[in-house]
Amino acid sequence: MSAERYDAIVVGGGHNGLVAAAYLARAGRKTLVLEKRPLVGGAAVTEEVFPGFKFSVFSYVVSLLRPEIVRELDLPRHGLQILPLESTVTPLDNGDYLAGWADPDETREELRRHSPHDADAAVAFGRLMHHMAMAVKPILEMIPPDPTSLSPGDLRGLLKLGKHFRSLGQEHFHALHKLMTMSSADYLDEWFEFDPLKATKSASGIIGTFLGPRSPGSAYVLLHHYMGEIDGAFRAWGFQKGGTGAISEAIAGAARHFGARIRTDAPVGRVLVKNGRATGVALTSGEEIAASLVLSGLDPRLTFTRLVEPRELPEDLVEGVRRYKFRGSSGKVNLALSGLPDFTCLPGRGPHLRGAVSISPSLEYLERAYDDAKYGAFSRRPYMDCILPSMIDPGMAPPGQHVMSIFVQYAPYELEGGWSEAKREAFGDAVVETLSRYAPNLPSLILHRQVLTPADIETITGLSEGNIFQGELALQQLFFLRPVPRWARYRTPIEGYWQCGAGTHPGGGIMGASGRLAALEILQRPR
Amino acid sequence: MLKKSPFHPRTSTLVRAQTWRRWAGYQMASAYDPHPDREYAAVRSAAALFDVSPLHKYLITGRDAARLLDRLITRDVTKLKVGQVYYTPWCDVAGKVVDDGTLSRLDERTFRLTSADSSWRWLHMNAAGMEVAIEDLSERLGSLALQGPLAREILAALTPLDLARLKYFRVARTTLRGIDVWVSRTGYTGDLGYEIWVDAASALPLWDALIEAGTPYGIVPAGVWALDTARIEAGLIMLDVDYFSAHHALIEARKSTPFEINLGWAVSAGKGPFNGRRALAAERARGAAWGFVGLEIAWPSFERLFAAHKLPPHIANVAWRVSAPVYRAGSQIGYATSGCWSPILKKQLALAHLKRPHFAPGTAVEMEVTVEHRRMRADATVRALPFFDPERKKA
Repeated sequence: MSAERYDAIVVGGGHNGLVAAAYLARAGRKTLVLEKRPLVGGAAVTEEVFPGFKFSVFSYVVSLLRPEIVRELDLPRHGLQILPLESTVTPLDNGDYLAGWADPDETREELRRHSPHDADAAVAFGRLMHHMAMAVKPILEMIPPDPTSLSPGDLRGLLKLGKHFRSLGQEHFHALHKLMTMSSADYLDEWFEFDPLKATKSASGIIGTFLGPRSPGSAYVLLHHYMGEIDGAFRAWGFQKGGTGAISEAIAGAARHFGARIRTDAPVGRVLVKNGRATGVALTSGEEIAASLVLSGLDPRLTFTRLVEPRELPEDLVEGVRRYKFRGSSGKVNLALSGLPDFTCLPGRGPHLRGAVSISPSLEYLERAYDDAKYGAFSRRPYMDCILPSMIDPGMAPPGQHVMSIFVQYAPYELEGGWSEAKREAFGDAVVETLSRYAPNLPSLILHRQVLTPADIETITGLSEGNIFQGELALQQLFFLRPVPRWARYRTPIEGYWQCGAGTHPGGGIMGASGRLAALEILQRPR
Repeated sequence: MLKKSPFHPRTSTLVRAQTWRRWAGYQMASAYDPHPDREYAAVRSAAALFDVSPLHKYLITGRDAARLLDRLITRDVTKLKVGQVYYTPWCDVAGKVVDDGTLSRLDERTFRLTSADSSWRWLHMNAAGMEVAIEDLSERLGSLALQGPLAREILAALTPLDLARLKYFRVARTTLRGIDVWVSRTGYTGDLGYEIWVDAASALPLWDALIEAGTPYGIVPAGVWALDTARIEAGLIMLDVDYFSAHHALIEARKSTPFEINLGWAVSAGKGPFNGRRALAAERARGAAWGFVGLEIAWPSFERLFAAHKLPPHIANVAWRVSAPVYRAGSQIGYATSGCWSPILKKQLALAHLKRPHFAPGTAVEMEVTVEHRRMRADATVRALPFFDPERKKA
């Protein structure tokens, strides 16, 4: 046992682990973060994969990061700098395009070109989404109460929640309920008629989830992507200067500022448990470090079945974790480019290159992409969300050259016959080939290609089955059920052992809320 | 008809939403895009190109040039080296600020003065009996400000000048892609940046060269809205917004001394006679009645005022310039004159005039904000200026 003893050890230097560490350190707890990789960030890392070209290797845009975390940890002081991501352009199969621009009037006119009905509907839809985001906001900031519990904490939470729902009014409460239960396509069908618009909007409902746009439950995932808030504006997405790794670095900077220690290249083998109580951790190197509290920022599978002996845990919890759905469904392709892709629908250099290009020409296109995955193949024609980070932050690539970040879905973790090097390359080929239908010069620009399958995401980051949210955002594993019933308040059956990753409420995306709420719950308890 | 800058043929084709404004009698772009977000982001992330030609510019030469200027400004011109630039206010005899600007010493007997307002008459009044020539270059010189962390890389692609040797607040004559220019390491954004002074006849080739060399570095032409947010973050004052010229103020109460607008540091205590010396020495001894400081509005308090109406906090994407009363313990102790949401600091900021003794950093005050048609008060804390001061500014 090393001589140094900590009040708290955080296993895993992902952004939630770092947030939890920062809050604990801020409250005066002697805190240590242990990260297995040479850099912190988990799935929010920036790496120079190809000399001179920097990539947000996994997670690539930001919106959901809670403003209270930005403020309370003063992240701007430590390097948080979010640049505007201006537009979304969907190339259509007829050579035209559908765009959402930075300016609302320009967007409305663009929509009117395709559907006067949808141009007006989009305004009303935006208003409703605003109300939905307002409705969800307090829930995001809340430690989830269990409706079946009679403990004072749970009851207080439920009372607060009940009051909040009552204050929403009938119309908004009903809309929220529909969003929680419907498929994103069905929900959008109620609003819009132009298919590429529905497809592009519904794409937010499938991200990170093994669902198609017509699968019930996908509307909630859509809402999850609407509740981000940048500078007071809901639904705003941005790009962190220097890539998403710079967000992790900013949080790490804040944690260090408050006195936390962060060790990289320090993989934890297991959590030490004595008489049902966590006493510290053992690194894979054999080094043991003592602590009064251990927090796991890893996903529920690793937290409950890898870091501790399942026999330390009640059987229903182990069973719940076993059934908890990961089902990684997305991959990532990162390209180093010698120049700019030229999109047939919008030739040349234009504002569309500073925003997202969404390959979502129709709902059927997305649903067929899902069909491939249902039967164990990656999508031959996948949904893709592409951005050129170097057009937003020129520091990401050498002057005049570019990096392209392509989020790809579907790439099922459970690929028929398993992932291999050949299949990974075939997947990369399908991505480039599909994109080149819209930007024919793309293949000739590629200097380097990094293809990441869910299996690669699991191997590199540790995220089970490569699920980017540490488990699907499905209704049965949200709020007081995340990750499993009875263990949603960040605690575990092992005294002094806590969860703080995205596998807890409210989960997924670079949000940090899980890490913050876990730390606040710990700090509420007597020391 | 308002005047047009020598860069107008280029900038006018870029103003997509026809968002023009007046600036010192010129028609200038508020923003090129309908919203200034990207232009502002370029200042803090890449490089923004501002047309600052409306500044008044005077070339002052001759045996008594230094004498004239030493009489005019509050800083010590005898200590201004060739190739150095001062930022400085200048005052009337009562020590009230007339204007502020930069003074560059181009050689022993040649200076260039910039000002927000026309200074022709005031310069001549002060030059009585001196051997000095004053030339108004305002319309003959175009000026651009290239501001942002990558500004140096862009200039380096165009000039033989060793930019590493052009330090903060220094100026040099050089060429940019063969065009004769003066380059100074100055700006109005609080970031790493340069101002470039060029003969109006060469304005367009200079603009084109900068855009071409800057494109790989993410250069963005930017307008006054972006500049306004950046200068508030940098704690830089603006004439006719944060203070009024002693020559234009209709009432005494609207005049300010340098000490009252956070420019006390620029009042030399040891130099020879200059306009306002006696009044300023007395004020230095007794302490200024007003301070000019930053206010940071407490977000939770601001958010609560809106939440009472079930609204999210309203954040404007353009800086405001209306007077907002500031209170402490129920009484008004001053007023804020401009403010903005700072995208880089993620804070609501304001610049404010506060009465003694309320301007010490850390003082808790309240600022008036209008929420849903009602005048409310949000908690705020007094901060020293600048709010934002990156190392690269002077590096």
